[in-house]
Amino acid sequence: MIATKSIQFSYEGVPAFEIPDIEIKAGEALLVLGKSGSGKTTFLNILGGLLAPEKGEILIDGISLYSLKGQNLDKFRGKNIGIVFQKPHILGPLSVAENIALPHFFSKSSHSDNVDHYLKELGILDKKNARINTLSEGEAQRVSIARALVNEPKIILADEPTASLDDENAKIVVDLLKTQAAKLKAALVIVTHDQRIKNEINQSITLKRKDL
Amino acid sequence: MSMLKLSWKYLLAKPWNTALNILLLALGLSIITVLILIQDQFENKMNKDAAGIDLVIGAKGSPLQLVLSSVYHIDFPTGNIPLDEAKAISRNRLIKNTIPLGLGDNYQGFRIVGTNHDYLDLYGVTFSDGEAWNRAFDVVLGSEVAEKSGFEVGDVFVGSHGIEAASHEHDEHPYKVVGILAPSDNIVDQLILTSIESVWYAHDEEHDHDKMEKGIAKSGFPETEAGEERELTTLLVQYRNPIAAVQLPRLVNSRSSLQAASPSFEISRLFELLGVGISLVQGLALIIVLIAGLGIFIALYNSLKERKYDLAVMRAIGASKEQLFILIILEGILLTFLGALAGLLIGHLFLYILVTMNEQGALSGLRADVFLNQEWWILAYALAVGILASLIPAWNAYRTDIANQLTK
Ligand SMILES: Nc1ncnc2c1ncn2[C@@H]1O[C@H](COP(=O)(O)OP(=O)(O)OP(=O)(O)O)[C@@H](O)[C@H]1O
Ligand SMILES: [Mg+2]
Repeated sequence: MIATKSIQFSYEGVPAFEIPDIEIKAGEALLVLGKSGSGKTTFLNILGGLLAPEKGEILIDGISLYSLKGQNLDKFRGKNIGIVFQKPHILGPLSVAENIALPHFFSKSSHSDNVDHYLKELGILDKKNARINTLSEGEAQRVSIARALVNEPKIILADEPTASLDDENAKIVVDLLKTQAAKLKAALVIVTHDQRIKNEINQSITLKRKDL
Repeated sequence: MSMLKLSWKYLLAKPWNTALNILLLALGLSIITVLILIQDQFENKMNKDAAGIDLVIGAKGSPLQLVLSSVYHIDFPTGNIPLDEAKAISRNRLIKNTIPLGLGDNYQGFRIVGTNHDYLDLYGVTFSDGEAWNRAFDVVLGSEVAEKSGFEVGDVFVGSHGIEAASHEHDEHPYKVVGILAPSDNIVDQLILTSIESVWYAHDEEHDHDKMEKGIAKSGFPETEAGEERELTTLLVQYRNPIAAVQLPRLVNSRSSLQAASPSFEISRLFELLGVGISLVQGLALIIVLIAGLGIFIALYNSLKERKYDLAVMRAIGASKEQLFILIILEGILLTFLGALAGLLIGHLFLYILVTMNEQGALSGLRADVFLNQEWWILAYALAVGILASLIPAWNAYRTDIANQLTK
């Protein structure tokens, strides 16, 4: 489903990252480990079509991601890649339901009637019309997962999704990501240094930086 | 969801900020609206009331006062003129027709104008009830007078001396309503019309009842007995030919004790004087609108700083740069569109209040429920301000560096 080929990237003044090639099949999951500063978030941004690498290629379902430009890349990302951030980052002026429906609007996707379905799957149907600032951390993170799933993407990327959650919520979130990715037959990539996740997923890679 | 709705949600998220910006813009635009409405209608009304009157001849004094008092019935008359002199001048070959006016009385602030039937023809009036006066002390009411006083044909009332309400009353000679005019949207609506004879007899010390029974002059000057010295207030003059415009005023002003004033000349002079004031207020209003535009710019610019993350998230879930650009521009347009609507509404409302508080003054008869083409320009101007104010914030939104923003 997703494969990378000899990606190279470096920030100015920061030694280059060592990024191994990966290949994840539909329905499989991969953990990305590494020390702080080893480029995990950077790698995830590259996979998500948010940051172009200096060299190398990312293939999603056979399509070279960065051969797409401008709006085409934006729409492709919206339709095929669901991203969960470390913090939920839900849009304050909108309701929970409107937040979750937003990817439909931006990518003009056809799945526009499944908002309730995902609210139910993630156990937050009763929060459908709640105001954003009334949600707990765990609920907010589940809203952001619903938003990442609602376009039924082929790739799900999550950057330390459990870092700010307690044990119970962390388990719920990881389980949800795993089961939903499996249902969608999507490739799941989770960046983490959270010990609680490491036992849940068996494939992993570790990023390094030359000086670390 | 649509772009417009999304923009609107973000505006609603800061209701006070949004309301303040809309209000400030509305304030500036409402001032402009009122000015445009008044200017347009005032000039129209002034021209309409003076149509067919080329020259006004009256007692010496301020020419503007002469025109205001005898054409628009707003200022005090400059004095009276002897009937003989008026008759003499009216025989001049440069004059096609004259209408004599005798002013000086009122009923509850509505002026009683002594004249002849030519005055009715001048304004092309139509009667909603009754007919023109045929005897002394018969009066015809303008539509507004009839409405405000509640008088109907057959009713009688007593006039007061002077042209303002609550002066000394003539208690002996009631006027009798014989006709009521249909609304004509000009000065006649607010006048009480009667014969010159009525005005004369009302002021006579002794009352000669035989004279009152005699008919009145329907055209030209009233008849007088030998040795009887009577006065008029003004003559409304119609020129025979264009040469009259050049010669007649000079002739009247230099050779007699009378004064001639041209309504069109005096009114354009008045507008020139008022024009300075109007441009000043207009300039002030434009500055308010510019400040409102600046306010919108600052509001959008500041809210953008807090929203960088939101914008990056939108990009991550499929929004394009162009969509973010449009989102911010739409916020500017929404703000100014609402501001413009509110401004136009407030402007009309303000004029309405102004007119109802000023029923017998210079603004009476202006309408608040007309929509001028210039008001479209106000809307366009406001939208241009909105687009301009949101251009830089929108450009910043367009350039949002997603990856950088999301890792912060
Ligand atoms: N825009 C940038 N410009 C320059 N350097 C950057 C930029 N973004 C990140 N870096 C640097 O690149 C390195 C890798 O950053 P990255 O966020 O990918 O690390 P990470 O593995 O996700 O770390 P953590 O576990 O702390 O989240 C860090 O040293 C960081 O300071
Ligand atoms: Mg990171």
